[in-house]
Amino acid sequence: MMHIKHEAEERHVLTVTVDNEAGILAKIAGLFTARGYNIDSLTVADITENHAVSRITIVTHGPPSQIDQIHAQLERLVPVHKVVDLTESGPFVQRELALIKVAGMGEKRVEALRIADVFRAKPVDTSTSSFIFELTGAPDKIDTFVAIMRELGLVEVGRTGVVGMIRGAEEA
Amino acid sequence: MGARFRMLPDWRVWHRVEKEWVVSEERSGANILVESLAKQGVEFVFGYPGGAVLPIYDALFGEERIRHILVRHEAGAAHAAEGYARSTGKPGVVLVTSGPGATNAMTGIADAFLDSIPLVVITGQVPTALIGSDAFQEADTVGISRHCTKHNYLVKDPADLAAVVDEAFQIATTGRPGPVLIDIPKDVQIAMAAWSDAPPQRRQRYAPRTQGASEEIEQAVEMIAGARAPILYTGGGVINSGPRATALLRELQKKTGAPVTSTLMGLGAFPADNPDWLGMLGMHGTYEANMAMNQSDLIVCVGARFDDRVTGRLDAFAPNSRKIHIDIDRSSINKTVPVDLPIIGDCAQVLEQILDVWGDRKAQDLTGWKGRIDTWRERKSLSFPANADAIMPQLAIERLFELTKDKDPIISTEVGQHQMWAAQHFHFFSPNKWLTSGGLGTMGYGLPAAIGAQLGNPDSLVIDVAGDASIQMNIQELGTATQYRLPVKIFILNNEWMGMVRQWQELTYESRYSNSYSDSLPDFVKLAEAYGWKGIRIAKESELDAGIQAMIDYPGPVIVDCCVHNEANCFPMIPSGAAHTEMILYGDTVAGTMDDEAKALV
Ligand SMILES: Cc1ncc(C[n+]2csc(CCOP(=O)(O)OP(=O)(O)O)c2C)c(N)n1
Ligand SMILES: [Mg+2]
Repeated sequence: MMHIKHEAEERHVLTVTVDNEAGILAKIAGLFTARGYNIDSLTVADITENHAVSRITIVTHGPPSQIDQIHAQLERLVPVHKVVDLTESGPFVQRELALIKVAGMGEKRVEALRIADVFRAKPVDTSTSSFIFELTGAPDKIDTFVAIMRELGLVEVGRTGVVGMIRGAEEA
Repeated sequence: MGARFRMLPDWRVWHRVEKEWVVSEERSGANILVESLAKQGVEFVFGYPGGAVLPIYDALFGEERIRHILVRHEAGAAHAAEGYARSTGKPGVVLVTSGPGATNAMTGIADAFLDSIPLVVITGQVPTALIGSDAFQEADTVGISRHCTKHNYLVKDPADLAAVVDEAFQIATTGRPGPVLIDIPKDVQIAMAAWSDAPPQRRQRYAPRTQGASEEIEQAVEMIAGARAPILYTGGGVINSGPRATALLRELQKKTGAPVTSTLMGLGAFPADNPDWLGMLGMHGTYEANMAMNQSDLIVCVGARFDDRVTGRLDAFAPNSRKIHIDIDRSSINKTVPVDLPIIGDCAQVLEQILDVWGDRKAQDLTGWKGRIDTWRERKSLSFPANADAIMPQLAIERLFELTKDKDPIISTEVGQHQMWAAQHFHFFSPNKWLTSGGLGTMGYGLPAAIGAQLGNPDSLVIDVAGDASIQMNIQELGTATQYRLPVKIFILNNEWMGMVRQWQELTYESRYSNSYSDSLPDFVKLAEAYGWKGIRIAKESELDAGIQAMIDYPGPVIVDCCVHNEANCFPMIPSGAAHTEMILYGDTVAGTMDDEAKALV
C-alpha cells in the first residue's frame, strides 16, 4: 500500500523583472504548472517609461528546496532579467489592495463602517444598503478584515495580489 | 505583396544604420530568413514542406549555400538535426509547416530539450490575421512548444527576422544548449522589409556565466587534493562544452588519478581503455562505477545532473561523500541531490581554472581506493552467460565493436535493452561518437539521428544500434537515406520483444507480459530491399562476424537483422527504488514483484 506524503512548506514572495513581450506571462505561469509549483498570487505591470520591462510579483509556497528551484528555473528563461526572493533578502514591504462589498441595514451597517474606520478602509461606493470598501495592506490584514465583514454582510471580494519591495535605499 | 508592418519601438534600435552599412534593398521575410541562415553558416536544413512554409521553400529553391534534406516525417527532421548537432558540435536546423508539421516535430524538440542539443526550429504559421481563428492547419505552436524549448518566438514583422534568427542561434548554442523555435506566419514570410548586410543588432540580454568564481575554484582544488576516495562523475555537459572540455577532463584525471565514470550522455569524453575508466554508472551501469560512487568520499560532478536513472534511491545515494557540482545551468544544482560546492560555469572553462590552480600539486595516494575498486571490478558485472542456441545480444554488440573499432564509428541507438547493451559493450574513445536519446528516451531517435550524423560526417561509418520495436517508429526515414545516398547502417538486435518492457514486467509484474510482444514483425531484409537498401540476416552465432563484416564492406545503406536471444535481460540493474548497493547482476535470483512504492517510481 502506498500513500502520498507531504513536505513542510514555506511562503515566499518573489519579484521577477522581465522583457515585456508577448507570451511572457504564459511562460511564467506555465512554468509553475508544468513543474508542479504553486502560485498563491501573481501580479504584473510594466514599470519602465518605454513599456519594455515588466515586474511580476509572485507569492508561492513549497518546501525550501522547491523554492530554490523556482528561483533557478525562472532565471533560466531568456526574457527574465532578474529574480529576487524578497523573503530571503531581508525585511521587505508587501502590500495588496482589496475591494470589499458589504450589504446590510441597521446595526450591522453601522458596525461595518466603524470597523472599516479602524482598518483605515475607505468607502469608495455607497448605497443605502451597501458599501464598497477599499483596503490596502499586508495580506493578513486584508484576511482579517474580510473575516470580520463576513459576519456583517459580505457580498463580494476582489484582491490584486501582493506587490513587494525590499526596505531601505538599495534596489533589490 | 508589399504588406507593411509597423516596427515596434523597442526593436527600432536594431535597425540603426551604421555608416559603412547601407540598407540596400527590401526583401521578403522568407528571403531574409534564408539569408540569415546562410550567414550563420548553416549547411543543412532538415525539413518537410507544407502550405504555411511555401514562401520559404520557394526562397530555398536553387539556393546553393544551404542543402535541404527532405525527411519522411517531421519527427525525423528534428532527430536528424539532433544527430547532426551531436556529431558535429554545430546547431541543427529544422524547417516544418504549421499545425501537423509542427506537432510532428515536437517529440524531437522535446528530446533536444532534455538532452541539451542545440537546434533552431523554423515553423510556418497561418497568416497573422487568422491566428486564433482555428484556421486550417493552425496549432498554437508557441504555446505547445513553450516548455520543451529553451526559448521560442512568434515573429510578426519581417523586419525583426534577422535579429531574431541571430539571437536564436546564440541562445541555442551558448549556455546550456537547447532547441529554439521560431514561428513565422505566412504573411510575414511574404511581406517585405529592409535588408542590410550589416550584422543584425541582436539584443544583448542572454549572457550565461561561463567562469567559475575563484574562491569556488580554490575550494574545489582543496577538496580534490584532500580526497582519499574521489571519483569524477561526468555527463553530457562535457560533450556539449566541446572537445577542449574532453581534453581538460583527461588532464585533470591524469593529475589527480581519480577514477572516472560517466552518464549515458557523457560516454566518449573519457577513453574507455584507460585503466581508471569505470564504465557507465546508474540503473544499468557497472558494479564498480556504482559502488565507487556509493563509497567515495568526494564526487566531482562535471556537466551531469544527478538524474533519477543515475542516483537510484536518493536517501541512499553516496551517503558519505562530499559533492562538487560543475554545471552551466544553475537550475541543475541542488535539484535532486544537495551538493557541498556548486560551481556555475562552462565545463571547459571551469576545468581549466581548476587545472591552473592545481599547478603541480600532488594528489593523495589513491592505492587503497583503487584496490577497493579492483575488488568491485572482479565481479565482472557486464559478463553474461554463453548460449549455444541463440546469439546473446551482448555478444553481438561486442563483435560489432571489435570489427568496427578501427574505423572510429559513430553509433546512434534507439531506446530499450539494445541501447543499454550498446552503452555497456561498445566502447568510446572520443566525444561526438555516441548519439542516444537519454533524457526523453525516445524510440525512433536512432535512424534519423544516424542520417543527420552521416550528412555531417560523410566519411564516417555510422551505425544505428536498433531494437525490433523502436526501429519501426521512424522506419519511413529509410527513404531519406536512399534519396541522399547515405551509407547508414542499421544493426537491429531483434529479440522479437519490446525487450526492456518485457524485462520490467518479468521483474516487477510477475511475468505478466501485457502487450510487449513484437507481433507481426516485418521481414526486415525484404523491407531493406524495398527501400533500395541491402538486407542481411544473421540467425546464428557462426554467421555473426561475417554478417557484420558484410555490413561494413557494403558501400551503401544496410539493415542487419540480427536475431538474438529473445529473453536475455539487461544487467546489471538497479531496480527502481533501490540503492546503488542493491544491484542485480546476472545469476542473482530476482523476485517477480515489487512493492507499490517502488512500482510508482519511473
Ligand atoms: C516513443 C516511446 N514509446 C514508448 C517507450 C517505452 N519503451 C521503452 S523501451 C521500449 C521497448 C523497446 O523495444 P525494442 O526497440 O525492441 O528494444 P529492446 O528493448 O527489445 O532492445 C518501450 C516500449 C519509449 N521509450 N519511447
Ligand atoms: Mg526488441
